[in-house]
Amino acid sequence: MLAPGFADPVHDAQGTFRAVMDALARPGLPQRLEAGLNPPAPLTPELAAIALALTDADTPVWLDAGLAAVPEVAAYLRFHTGAPLTDSPAQAAFALIRDPARCPPLARFAQGTPAYPDTATTLVFALDALTSGEGLRLTGPGIDGTARIALAPQPDSFVAQLAANRSGFPLGLDLILTAPGRVAGLPRSTAVTEGRA
Amino acid sequence: MSATGTHELFPSPLRGGGRGGGGAEGTTEPRSAPPPPPAPPRKGEERGRTPSEAGYNFAYLDEGTKRMIRRAILKAIAVPGYQVPFASREMPMPYGWGTGGVQVTAAVLGRADVLKVIDQGADDTTNAVSIRRFFARTSGVATTTRTTEATIIQTRHRIPETPLREGQILVYQVPIPEPLRFLEPRETETRQLHALAEYGSMHVKLYEDISRHGHIATTYAYPVEVAGRYVMDPSPTPKFDNPKMDHSPALQLFGAGRERRIYAVPPYTSVRSLDFEDHPFRVQRFEHPCALCGAEGVYLDEMLLDDAGRRMFVCSDTDHCEGRRADGHVGTGEAV
Repeated sequence: MLAPGFADPVHDAQGTFRAVMDALARPGLPQRLEAGLNPPAPLTPELAAIALALTDADTPVWLDAGLAAVPEVAAYLRFHTGAPLTDSPAQAAFALIRDPARCPPLARFAQGTPAYPDTATTLVFALDALTSGEGLRLTGPGIDGTARIALAPQPDSFVAQLAANRSGFPLGLDLILTAPGRVAGLPRSTAVTEGRA
Repeated sequence: MSATGTHELFPSPLRGGGRGGGGAEGTTEPRSAPPPPPAPPRKGEERGRTPSEAGYNFAYLDEGTKRMIRRAILKAIAVPGYQVPFASREMPMPYGWGTGGVQVTAAVLGRADVLKVIDQGADDTTNAVSIRRFFARTSGVATTTRTTEATIIQTRHRIPETPLREGQILVYQVPIPEPLRFLEPRETETRQLHALAEYGSMHVKLYEDISRHGHIATTYAYPVEVAGRYVMDPSPTPKFDNPKMDHSPALQLFGAGRERRIYAVPPYTSVRSLDFEDHPFRVQRFEHPCALCGAEGVYLDEMLLDDAGRRMFVCSDTDHCEGRRADGHVGTGEAV
C-alpha cells in the first residue's frame, strides 16, 4: 500500500519549508527538520518531506539511480506531489540524490540563464550526518564571518565542483543537504574551501 | 465564499470600513447580541489568538500558490538582490496596498509566528491595521506591535529603529522592484542590464543629482548593491534606513505584487548604498530630537499642527517611541 504523506499537509509543509528557508539563509548552519514521514526506501524521510513541501506539477524532478531503480519511490512521489519525473538532469527543477558518491557531475544540472538565474536546479542530498563547527569552511551571504560544516559522506571532488559552481555566480546550483532530522543549505552564493584544523 | 465575504475579510477604508455598513451580506461574524466589551488591550499586548476564519486555508492562500511563492523565496535567497518572477495572485486588496508583502508573509507564516505589521513605521495606520487583522483572522497567529516580540515584521517603507535579531524576518512591501525602471522602461532591457551587471546608468543618474543639486538628492528608494553583485531597490524606505540593511542579522524578503517579483537579502549580507569617492553616501540628520520621547538619531515625521505652519517632529517608529516613553523618556512636547 502507498505510504501516507504529511499528517497535517498545511503545517507540515510550512514547517519543512521554513527549515529549508532558514538553512539556505544561513548556509552551513543545520536546522531541525522533523519530517514525520515513512516513505518507501531508499527515499529518506527528509528527502520525501522536501519533495512534498516544494514540488508539484510545475517542477520536473530528477531521481538518482538508486531512487529511480525502485518503482515504489516514483509512485510515492507521483501520488503525493504530482511532479513529473525527468531523466534529464538539465531539465530538473529539483534533483533528489540518495547516494551522493554517485551523483553526476554538478555541471550536468540546469545552471540557470544570465537573465533568469532562478531557473537553476535545486539539488537535495541525503547524507548520513551533518556536523557544524568542523569540516568545510564557508563564507558568503548569510554567514557572519566563517561557518564550518562536515558532510558524511562527502562526494568526490566536492570542493572543486562547488568552487566551479560558485565561480559562475549568479548562475549555479543550490544545494540542500539533509541528514536524519537535519537540513543545511549550500546556496550558489556560498564560497566553499577545504577546512584545515 | 462570496465576494462580499472576501471584502469583509479585508474591509477597505475607502468603502467606509465595511464593518459599519449595517449587516453586510455574507458576513462571517455571528449576529448574536454583542459580547461585553473586552478590556481595552494595552499597546503591544494584542497577542490574543483569534480563531482563524472558517472556509479559508491557513493564511488565506491555497497550498499550490504557497509552494510556488516558497520556491521563489528560496531562489531569491540563493541569489541575493536578484528579482525572481512569481505568479502573483489577486488578493482581497488593491495593488499598491501591499499585495506582494502579504503573499510573501502568507507563504512564510506558521502557527508559532508572532506577526507585526508597520506602515511608514506606525503600527496603527490603516494599511498596518488591516493587514494585521487579515492575518489574525485567516491564520489565527498572534500579533504584536512590539518589534522585539515579533518573528515576522511586514513593513511598508520603514525598518524598525530597534535593531533586529537573528531569526526575525522582515517582509517589505515593494511597489516598483526594478531600480533601473525610471532609467530604462523596457523589462527586456533591464533584465539584460542585470545579467551583465551593467549599472553605469544608475551612477549617471546619481552623478546628475550632484551636477544639478551639488549632492546626491535621492532620499528614498536609494539604490543599493547587494553582496557585490546585483543593484537592488530597497523599496521606498528613506535612505536613512539603508545602513540598517547592511549585515542585518534578520532575513529580509521583498514582495512586489503588481510587478510579480520577489527578492531577498539573507542575514549578514553586504548591502552598499551606491555613491562616489568624493560624494560618499550620507543619511539625513534631524536638527531636533523627537518631541514626544526625545530620541535622537531616529527617523522623524514632520507633523503640521495648524494653519500658521507650526510643526512638530516625532518618531516615525511608533513602537520605538512608545517604548521610550514607557521607560520614562520625555520630549519637549513643543512645536518648532
